[in-house]
Amino acid sequence: MSAKVTVRKFDAVIVGAGGAGLRAAIQLSEAGLKTAVITKVFPTRSHTVAAQGGVAASLGNSEEDHWHWHMYDTVKGSDWLGDQDAIEFMCRKANECVIELEHYGMPFDRTDNGRIYQRPFGGHMSNFGEKPVRRSCAAADRTGHAMLHAMYQRNVKANTQFFVEWMALDLIRDAEGEVLGVTAMEMETGEIYAFHSKATIFATGGAGRIYYSSTNAFINTGDGVGMAARAGIPLEDMEFWQFHPTGVAGAGVLITEGVRGEGGILRNANKERFMERYAPNAKDLASRDVVSRAMVTEINEGRGCGPNKDFVYLDITHLDPATIMKRLPGIHEIGIQFAGVDCLREMLPVVPTCHYQMGGIPTNYHGQVVVPGKRTQNEIVPGFFAAGECACASVHGANRLGTNSLLDLLVFGKSAGETAVDELKKSPKSHKELPADAFDRTLARLNRLDTQKDGSNVHESRLDMQRSMQKHAGVFRFDKLLKEGVQKILEVQKDVEKTEIKDKSKVFNTARIEALELDNLIEVAVATMVSAEARKESRGAHVRDDAPDTPERPNGRDDANWLKHSLWYKEGNRLDYKSVNLRPLSVDTIALKTRAY
Amino acid sequence: MTAEPVAELRRVRTERLRWHSRRAFLENDLVLQRFWQKQPEVLEETQAALLERLLVLEDHDLWELLSGRRAADDPAVQGLVELLRQPAVQ
Repeated sequence: MSAKVTVRKFDAVIVGAGGAGLRAAIQLSEAGLKTAVITKVFPTRSHTVAAQGGVAASLGNSEEDHWHWHMYDTVKGSDWLGDQDAIEFMCRKANECVIELEHYGMPFDRTDNGRIYQRPFGGHMSNFGEKPVRRSCAAADRTGHAMLHAMYQRNVKANTQFFVEWMALDLIRDAEGEVLGVTAMEMETGEIYAFHSKATIFATGGAGRIYYSSTNAFINTGDGVGMAARAGIPLEDMEFWQFHPTGVAGAGVLITEGVRGEGGILRNANKERFMERYAPNAKDLASRDVVSRAMVTEINEGRGCGPNKDFVYLDITHLDPATIMKRLPGIHEIGIQFAGVDCLREMLPVVPTCHYQMGGIPTNYHGQVVVPGKRTQNEIVPGFFAAGECACASVHGANRLGTNSLLDLLVFGKSAGETAVDELKKSPKSHKELPADAFDRTLARLNRLDTQKDGSNVHESRLDMQRSMQKHAGVFRFDKLLKEGVQKILEVQKDVEKTEIKDKSKVFNTARIEALELDNLIEVAVATMVSAEARKESRGAHVRDDAPDTPERPNGRDDANWLKHSLWYKEGNRLDYKSVNLRPLSVDTIALKTRAY
Repeated sequence: MTAEPVAELRRVRTERLRWHSRRAFLENDLVLQRFWQKQPEVLEETQAALLERLLVLEDHDLWELLSGRRAADDPAVQGLVELLRQPAVQ
């Protein structure tokens, strides 16, 4: 690999062209700034496309609603780990962002009188948790897809420059810590470039592929999170991952809760309907966390199914085939395609499956990346911004509400863009000179990969990582397994540091791309395992067997010791903590209480 | 054109298609991954041309075909869809 790096200058560079990246780019390009967007895949093939549920906003089109109620639901959903200033900001900005999107041409579903139609969604309530409210705005079951199209068109109009099929490799920081852009590889040529910029915004999405069973698309490799970690930025609250109880074992494809709603039954290796023991009343319809925990307990106690006893069955063979085909039309095809099972006659293998990353690159609600410094715990990293799933604002805290993910990327994508524009307009400056070692990390990584001998296999190392994460830091966590998991993932990390690729060609070398992606995934995996092992309580999506539900610590949550954000640093593989911001911008604190639905 | 550049062009075309098989959601990723595991290092030209036509589709439209909910208008493209769906129809 040649050491030649071509430098291109932009006012702003955005990495990632999903919802957050496109929304930030609109803000910058429409302000007349020269803006580049680097993306591994064509923008409308970003994972935002998979979001179907809708985007939350208290428009009140169908019934009375208020941003303050939405804020309450989000704080409660976060199990009080969310920062209340950021949550107030997001919920107050929701209406403006949704209406803007409507004006960009987003084809929202409509009511008879032409307003945006809204439907109810889990966890969204009126009047501070009283009863469900219609808050989700959707475009049929293609909300994310329609959103990307509307925003991509708007960017084309605003002259955003897209670098499609380019992979960002490393963050460029100078000795003062200021971010001056990124290095990137053009896949078509294998050439290395530097995007020298005054503002750098990461919108690279989540890293759900660290788990063996994940609903995430293959592109979700946590590139921004990995780049940030390598550049010395701590990662916040990485122990918090949202799981769905029923993904197809070995594939990850989601099986909707509707299947259990229609009478589907979970069974262990003895064909026992085990949910009767864990939730005698609700049985298979108990809440997601209860069902997931029961499934993991069955597997851990040796009652899992299959040759490795590592999944349970979802049984719908007793249901009328006509009902299945009518009410659950997609499920039959999913069974055949991804489990090789005709669910009308055989049971479907399922496991709790990773779905969403709550933690990420720490930011404030302006989208600026913040790290602990000499004066405060949230000092701004000059020139660096992050938004969407790769960022941790933190609005989702320990658990995210449905439809708040699309809202997060709209609000904080816009906010990051807006802040960058303000800064660049307020104090116009020329590009700060790149440091002499600006490309060293990238060139060293590429050189190592090209010259590695007797190294490890990328595919096998990735699988080792995914299996370790699934076993040791899954939906239900155990002290012993976590401790073993830390050792295991550090061993896998050593393998990842010596991956070898046989194909050294430059043009569209997918083997090289996958090796570089694995460098990012492993940072996320280590951060997750180490942060999870250290947090000795249960909160939101982080549920530990040794943090039981007691009157002093309802649901195992330990506010006295653990009402704080984790910060994991790559250097020294160490943890630090910072306090949760319980002070909203304008209203009273939503006081701590037990999270119960 | 000599044989070597032609072979290189075919290899690059295959690699580009391999990358274009990275999709927006998992269902499409998995079906395409299964397909690639059964292919030679370099795709045969007709196959590559048909795959190019499939992969330019939006992901929801692609899944409509891959899940059998809809058939492609062109029988040749539908032929490739059937191949992609193969484990499903065994």
